[in-house]
Amino acid sequence: MNLPMDPGLRSLVGADLAGMALSVNGAPQILHCAPSKRLVYALREDLGLTGTKVGCDAGDCGACTVLLDGKQVCACITPAGQAEGRNITTVEGLAEDGKLNTLQQAFLKHGAAQCGICTPGMLMAATDLLSRNATPTEAEVLDALGGVLCRCTGYRKIVEAVLAVASNDVVLDEAPVGAAVGSRLARLDGPAKLTGAEKFGADTIPAEALSLRIIRSPHARATFTLGDLEAFRAAYPQLEGIITAGDVPENSFAVFPTPKDQPVLADGHVRFRGEAVLGLLGGEDAIRAIPESAVPITWTVETALETSVAALAAKKNALHDFAPDNVLCRGRVVKGDVTRALKQAAFTAEGAFETTHVEHAYIEPEAGYAEVFEQDGKQRIRVFVCTQTPYMDKEEVARVLKLPADAVQVVPSAIGGGFGGKLDVSIQPLLAVAAWKMKRPVRIVYTRPESMVSTTKRHPAQMQVTLGCDASGQLSAVDFVGDFNTGAYASWGSTVANRVPVHASGPYKVANVKALTRAIYTNNAIAGAFRGFGVPQACIATEALMDDLAEQCGMDRFEFRLKNAIRAGDQTATGQTLAASVGLAQCLEALRGAWHNTLGDVARKNGSRSDSSGHGNIRYGAEVGRLRYGAGIACMWYGIGNTVIANPSTMTIGLRQNGRFILYNGAQEIGQGSYTIMPQIAADALGVSVALIDQIHGDTDLTEDAGKSSASRQTFVSGNATKFAAEDLKRQLCEKLGVSAEATLTLEGAVLVGRAESGEQRLDLAKARTDARGDIALGSGTFSPPTIALDADGQGVPYATYGFAAQIAEVEVDMDLGTVKVLHIHAAHDVGRAVNPTQVEGQIHGGVAQGLGLALMEEYISGRTDNLHDYLIPTIGDIPPITTYIIEDPEPIAPYGAKGVGEPALIATAPAIFGAIRQATGVRVAFAPCTPDRLRQLIKGQGT
Amino acid sequence: MHQTQYLRPTSLDEALLVLADRRFEVLAGGTDFYPARVGKPVDVDILDITRVSSLRGIRDEGRLFRIGAATSWSDLIAAPVAAPFDAQFAGLRAAARDIGGLQIQNAGTVAGNLCNASPAADGIPPLLALGARVELASSKRTRSVALADFVLGNRKTLRQPDELVTAVLVPKWRAGSRSVFLKLGHRRYLVISIAMVSAVAALDDAGRVALCGIAVGACSAVAQRLSGLEARLIGRPAREAASLVAAQDLKGLSPIDDVRGSAAYRMDAALTLVRQAVAQAVDAGAAP
Ligand SMILES: Cc1cc2nc3c(=O)[nH]c(=O)nc-3n(C[C@H](O)[C@H](O)[C@H](O)COP(=O)(O)OP(=O)(O)OC[C@H]3O[C@@H](n4cnc5c(N)ncnc54)[C@H](O)[C@@H]3O)c2cc1C
Ligand code: FES
Ligand code: FES
Repeated sequence: MNLPMDPGLRSLVGADLAGMALSVNGAPQILHCAPSKRLVYALREDLGLTGTKVGCDAGDCGACTVLLDGKQVCACITPAGQAEGRNITTVEGLAEDGKLNTLQQAFLKHGAAQCGICTPGMLMAATDLLSRNATPTEAEVLDALGGVLCRCTGYRKIVEAVLAVASNDVVLDEAPVGAAVGSRLARLDGPAKLTGAEKFGADTIPAEALSLRIIRSPHARATFTLGDLEAFRAAYPQLEGIITAGDVPENSFAVFPTPKDQPVLADGHVRFRGEAVLGLLGGEDAIRAIPESAVPITWTVETALETSVAALAAKKNALHDFAPDNVLCRGRVVKGDVTRALKQAAFTAEGAFETTHVEHAYIEPEAGYAEVFEQDGKQRIRVFVCTQTPYMDKEEVARVLKLPADAVQVVPSAIGGGFGGKLDVSIQPLLAVAAWKMKRPVRIVYTRPESMVSTTKRHPAQMQVTLGCDASGQLSAVDFVGDFNTGAYASWGSTVANRVPVHASGPYKVANVKALTRAIYTNNAIAGAFRGFGVPQACIATEALMDDLAEQCGMDRFEFRLKNAIRAGDQTATGQTLAASVGLAQCLEALRGAWHNTLGDVARKNGSRSDSSGHGNIRYGAEVGRLRYGAGIACMWYGIGNTVIANPSTMTIGLRQNGRFILYNGAQEIGQGSYTIMPQIAADALGVSVALIDQIHGDTDLTEDAGKSSASRQTFVSGNATKFAAEDLKRQLCEKLGVSAEATLTLEGAVLVGRAESGEQRLDLAKARTDARGDIALGSGTFSPPTIALDADGQGVPYATYGFAAQIAEVEVDMDLGTVKVLHIHAAHDVGRAVNPTQVEGQIHGGVAQGLGLALMEEYISGRTDNLHDYLIPTIGDIPPITTYIIEDPEPIAPYGAKGVGEPALIATAPAIFGAIRQATGVRVAFAPCTPDRLRQLIKGQGT
Repeated sequence: MHQTQYLRPTSLDEALLVLADRRFEVLAGGTDFYPARVGKPVDVDILDITRVSSLRGIRDEGRLFRIGAATSWSDLIAAPVAAPFDAQFAGLRAAARDIGGLQIQNAGTVAGNLCNASPAADGIPPLLALGARVELASSKRTRSVALADFVLGNRKTLRQPDELVTAVLVPKWRAGSRSVFLKLGHRRYLVISIAMVSAVAALDDAGRVALCGIAVGACSAVAQRLSGLEARLIGRPAREAASLVAAQDLKGLSPIDDVRGSAAYRMDAALTLVRQAVAQAVDAGAAP
């Protein structure tokens, strides 16, 4: 490209109306923004190239990675001025002649994109590498991609994809007619994620939109008064509006009907640091320039209840009047007589365990807009937002605005990761209140610190647990007491308190169980839903004690678990008899070889002090070398869907005159693959090619309620609804054709052909009558998992089906530094049926990565780690090879047998790592995360 | 909001003239500048030095090497250095490879790291150990100060507002001197050090330590040289060196408790790292 000017000289005379010339994806462009503007916003706003994403604005996540003269840089910390006269390549510049390039194709084939928010950055980093080195080693891939964080994939499929470019291993797998389920069909929304075309929450801005900036409490607990807002507005003429508690028609919300304890904007009283107090409206830069200190708020700081212990001990000043003891709710499951069983047990093991706040750290901060519009003479409001639960958002927005539900339309954007963190409303009510008041579109994009300080976390847990077994190693008793710090507002606290007791005895057959939990209000960040709803915390405790018991019994840790594994026909702690699809024993058997190999490997690496006992339980003495190795194993189970509470999904599917099906898919895609899985299921139920199915996805005006994307429920629950809908449609079509319901349907262009034993019938669709939406026929299906309410002792059928898993971890511990390197994870999961094995593996990898983070590094401390610089999640270099073993013990009432895997993926990882650390070092880890300083202290404490 | 200036001179003289006139914030890679302003507009006048080509690259100036102030970490990794002196940069290069990810290394500069003066700046210990100096220029004068004197405290340096850091000056060590850098963090990439240590050593013909420099970072407001230990190692056989490191040698450090680790842990880990760094600096083959 030819650049006319000398930027240096010109700049000395100051700003220049000619703008800054540069080349973007090979085409000349002129930027007229300030040279200090972050390049990422110049690309996104001035040039409309929204493929480059923003996750942090601080260089920490790499989502904004672009190439500057062929080298990767973070566009969020590069001034636009430095791009002048240079060549920029963004994700939009990768496709060749409108076709995915080899790298993009490799990402698609290998399932390297899940939510897709990190994908542009990953692709650019990989492009940089491959331009320098066409045949990189794995280590070179890690080094080149080390600056981009991914929270979904666990990175392994990204590495696989980049390595696949050299061997051109990019041919997509087929999804055969009638066997789409079980195929490795590439994500149907993949191409949009790989080209930058996908629209996430921050990628669409209505014309004339005002920006909203929320002023938040700097105190964990305080009362406040607002000063003269008129004078404040007069001082800042750029301010176009303010919203306060007084502008909120119904200033309370919460996930559950009671208690609706959280205000949209605090009304004189704040209960956690980061709580929303008021909103400023105006141009983005203009409102950002207003100093926080200028906002007239007078604070009276109160003593905060910072921990569960403090909240329980407090005699006065409860967080909420309706909960004078600061207990939001209690959970309870009691079966048999634990006290007696523990007395009679040959061996018992007990311990206290603790975990901290964990942040979801999805790479996309909350973003979206709201706008008021008129339809059929009525005012309605549309909210465009990244969400896991469009239908709940709709109810919540309607409630807060005191509008009928049908006045609200929620249009989910593509979502850049959720993991439970986008299961509560965050920006939705704020945007709605502001847009309703201003009668103008209003947008907001949370900054990274704002996202972290204001949205939910994993519950910190304090658990006291005792396990008992008989002399033969048969588990006889589990006594579990757990307190879960739910923070300032209820959110999903009661879900955690109710789910944990059901799972507290682990995936084992135990006659006597007592599991008691409490969700406790404190002045901490709100704890809500996070992959596993408390079960990962509980699993850390019980699995550590399983190791204790195995050792006491002189049994191998693997055999001990296998002996106690719950099987079909056994009863759970809630008295539910598991009839089928109980694949834990198969998971363990699948790992038998890996377990023995890992033990052998560990013994060899540890040198002469090999495992002479043969039990894999040996503790090493004082003469250890600096690097020690260990293997650990853990099992888990997880109820799919809500705990007892009904959670129906409805799906509909139509056939159109153009000879294509249309699936109205309300199962929100959050990276887990529901946009791909539902069509796979529908295709097989119809007996047609998946390529014939179009979709309308998650617009509450257009799709039925398919519930939320949480509790690992979509494949099972919405999958069933999809299957039923497709079967219903097929029945209707066969009827129209006049063939039996067993007929095979095919489409020859716009002609529907039904072939049955009785013969062949044809229907010219182009001439067929349609409904108002254009569907010739519409099939509908609804499913809600059958459950039975729990009684006062927690007895009943809380879930219709469960997922099971066993995982092995191998670690290397630096005894002198306390650092842990995970060398390998083996993960065996009973998923009933893998509708899409690539996606199942992807979920497992991603879960393992989050489990590893939970185990070793993640600790959210409000005010100190609310950014991705100090809050550490695993990078590409921290995730070891993961070997997956997919076990398919089909669930009879699930679609093609398929259960969920989203949350099960994470649960066993941390306890397996802790078990491995224990074998390596001899110390039992009872606190997560096990950071180097904590582990070193434990190691020193035992005198080695 | 007043209209801020953003100047991009191409020569050093122009840059110094700008600074002589009034206060400008110097910007190089921007990797410290922008992260400090998340969610806030840029409201300062900026002097961007990345177009001053004379400030870029490493030059052999006879008795020392000059690392220009606009030299990025990636430039440093790639820069060829004559064989006998190459190994003295091994530590600094290892530090460079562990700064952020490649994006940060491609933009961030060595000089920016020193000017930002974070206690956890990875560039400081290897340069301290090598005995580097910092060159500062204003329109009136040019001076050079020892790095140890340049950094005054947590994010404080003795640079005057009208001065630009123009280069980092690294003395040539005896041919064959080897330096190492060890970084302790919670994860593999993109991690701020809990503690880091750099050591550089030259051996005499008899395999004894002839010269050495050892520095520890993130264990005090400013990274520290361990001069007592250095003195004790001189003249000692290489194979004994690591065993001579004692807890006493870290007495001058004053680590703090923070989210990355406790003070006690930092002391403990620093001792391990110093031993390992010394062992590796005196013997290429030493295992961790
Ligand atoms: C994601 C991420 C990871 C990081 N990881 C690490 C890490 O692992 N280790 C580490 O040490 N650092 C790390 N950093 C910090 C940073 O990248 C380095 O300190 C870098 O070397 C700074 O150089 P820069 O050119 O980008 O500085 P800039 O941001 O441009 O400037 C930094 C400061 O120095 C001043 N300055 C710069 N150059 C001059 C000059 N020539 N004369 C006078 N003043 C000057 C500026 O005014 C500013 O105050 C990381 C940063 C990010 C964003
Ligand atoms: S947005 Fe640039 S690194 Fe996160
Ligand atoms: S796919 Fe990487 S963050 Fe979601």
